[in-house]
Amino acid sequence: MTTPATTGDVERPANRVLGTRARPERPGPLATSRAFAWRALLKIKHDPDQLYSSFILPIMFTLVFTYLFGGALAGSTGDYLQFLMPGILVMTVIMINMYTGISLNTDITKGIFDRFRGLSIWRPGILAGALLGDALRYAIALVVVTALGLLLGFRPGGGVLGVLGAFLYLQLFAFCLGWLWNAAGLVLKSPESVNQLSSVVLFPLVFASNIFVVPDTMPGWLRVVVGVNPITHAVTAVRGLTAGTLTGDQLLWALVACAALLVVFAPLAMYLFRAKSLR
Amino acid sequence: MTAVEPAIEASGLVKVFGETRAVDGVDLVVPTGGVYGFLGPNGAGKTTTVRMLATLLHPDGGSARVLGRDVVREADDIRARMSLTGQYASVDEQLTGGENLVLLGRLLGFTKAVAAERGEELLAVFDLADAAGRQVKTYSGGMRRRLDIAASLIVTPELVFLDEPTTGLDPRSRNQVWDVIRSLVDVGTTVLLTTQYLEEADRLADRVAVIDRGRIVAEGTPGELKASVGAGAVHVRLVEADRRPEAERILARVIGGQVRLAPEPDALSVPASDPERVGAALVELSRAGVAVSGYRLAEPSLDEVFLALTGHAADVDEKAEEDAA
Ligand SMILES: Nc1ncnc2c1ncn2[C@@H]1O[C@H](COP(=O)(O)OP(=O)(O)OP(=O)(O)O)[C@@H](O)[C@H]1O
Ligand SMILES: [Mg+2]
Repeated sequence: MTTPATTGDVERPANRVLGTRARPERPGPLATSRAFAWRALLKIKHDPDQLYSSFILPIMFTLVFTYLFGGALAGSTGDYLQFLMPGILVMTVIMINMYTGISLNTDITKGIFDRFRGLSIWRPGILAGALLGDALRYAIALVVVTALGLLLGFRPGGGVLGVLGAFLYLQLFAFCLGWLWNAAGLVLKSPESVNQLSSVVLFPLVFASNIFVVPDTMPGWLRVVVGVNPITHAVTAVRGLTAGTLTGDQLLWALVACAALLVVFAPLAMYLFRAKSLR
Repeated sequence: MTAVEPAIEASGLVKVFGETRAVDGVDLVVPTGGVYGFLGPNGAGKTTTVRMLATLLHPDGGSARVLGRDVVREADDIRARMSLTGQYASVDEQLTGGENLVLLGRLLGFTKAVAAERGEELLAVFDLADAAGRQVKTYSGGMRRRLDIAASLIVTPELVFLDEPTTGLDPRSRNQVWDVIRSLVDVGTTVLLTTQYLEEADRLADRVAVIDRGRIVAEGTPGELKASVGAGAVHVRLVEADRRPEAERILARVIGGQVRLAPEPDALSVPASDPERVGAALVELSRAGVAVSGYRLAEPSLDEVFLALTGHAADVDEKAEEDAA
């Protein structure tokens, strides 16, 4: 639709800029997701602090557990590092994972989500773009933490391919677990409550797993908890991949863990997303 | 699009939040072209109505057609042709002003280059060119507000909702926003403007609806509205407060109407439309020896409009200042 540039007797400076209504074709799902992914990259670029802070906890845990408890737990710090590093890699992505929900919640509470809802766009692109940005953050964090491990003496028997395989698996695992945080981000009242929920959920799950110790010495009930904890299966797979000793069973269970998270939380999050979009 | 079809037609719109009937049966016809003012105090239901019309909120009752489409069933068609600048700035704080506009341009389907060009033009119009490369979190409230309006105009929409676009702006920014609104009218966009200021509605709007407690209590041109309220009031301040009863009698006799005593003991006011009567009343006061330290004629305030239309005062409070996003 075109309209004459001005009908008044005075030509206002803004009329030239506003006097056109050229509207391009509505972008498809891919272009929409790409625009949102660009947004996610800009956020990393402008506020890299969040990225840095995501290394700190895994690095601290690596140093503390290796040098303080490592000798006692595994006989030597070197041996313990070989055991611990794969678990730390899992922990690294888990600790960044909840930012997915925090950003979504921030968008909703700050009103920018409404701006997107007011556009005629492919709505799931909002989530898809954010996921791409998240994948980049996981990749960077994994490379940094692995590099530290290598410096300290981590020697993955699976070689480069094994490590890359582990990264790939962790991307999948984080993608699946991320739906939990998207769901939380959609229902909770503020970014702070998402953050609080994440500490309440994550700390027990991280410790009730095989990240730091082999569960053999744990009481029976705790071993059951560890056994159903998806994090345990992810750690086992990452250990297998980096060491080059992954069995078919281990891979299967690790994929089942991903699938279970996806099946439970993705439909829930999409349902909440649609409900939020249609208030 | 036929010339007679209104931009907005709402009937019986209702929105309930828990116990609150935020919008309680709103009927509205907004003609195509020009500015339509939507006037009301805090909590009257302006934002809730606008959000329903802008397809962001589902009505609990009633129906509305915007640009000829149903707000519930054809929401996406409406979204492609209108835009909303909400009451609270909805831009990305972490991105720069320029990046915000490029992002929205891309989401509308422009290439990055075209979106960037369009963004620059708009930033210039809104006097934000110098701040284009800064993260929005470093912007002042007024700059954020202007960016937020710019973000709604990347493609000039056929209809734009501006929810209290000038609340909290300094006079210069406010004038910029008013100029942009006039430009939008020039290029044929329909503007629905919510405001708490009668003066703003008077200056910009062709028609005004007054909303109170979720219901439309008056509708018409600003002139009609003011006429129904009385043109304004003369406010008189006395040198000696103890002469006020005498002044009250004189004003009541010469001007007529209900004389109101101000909270300050030396001031009083009376509705007045005829400057000659006001002059006569001042002469009478001085003849009676009641010294006047000052007087002014004022347009009816929103408070007075509300008092006249609804029989109760507008619950305008300090929140209006905080609302400046
Ligand atoms: N999401 C919500 N949940 C509960 N109550 C709400 C919600 N939104 C609005 N309300 C209530 O509905 C009523 C109307 O609110 P609304 O924001 O539409 O008023 P308004 O005219 O825009 O006021 P203001 O000038 O303060 O912006 C108020 O009583 C408000 O408290
Ligand atoms: Mg409001």
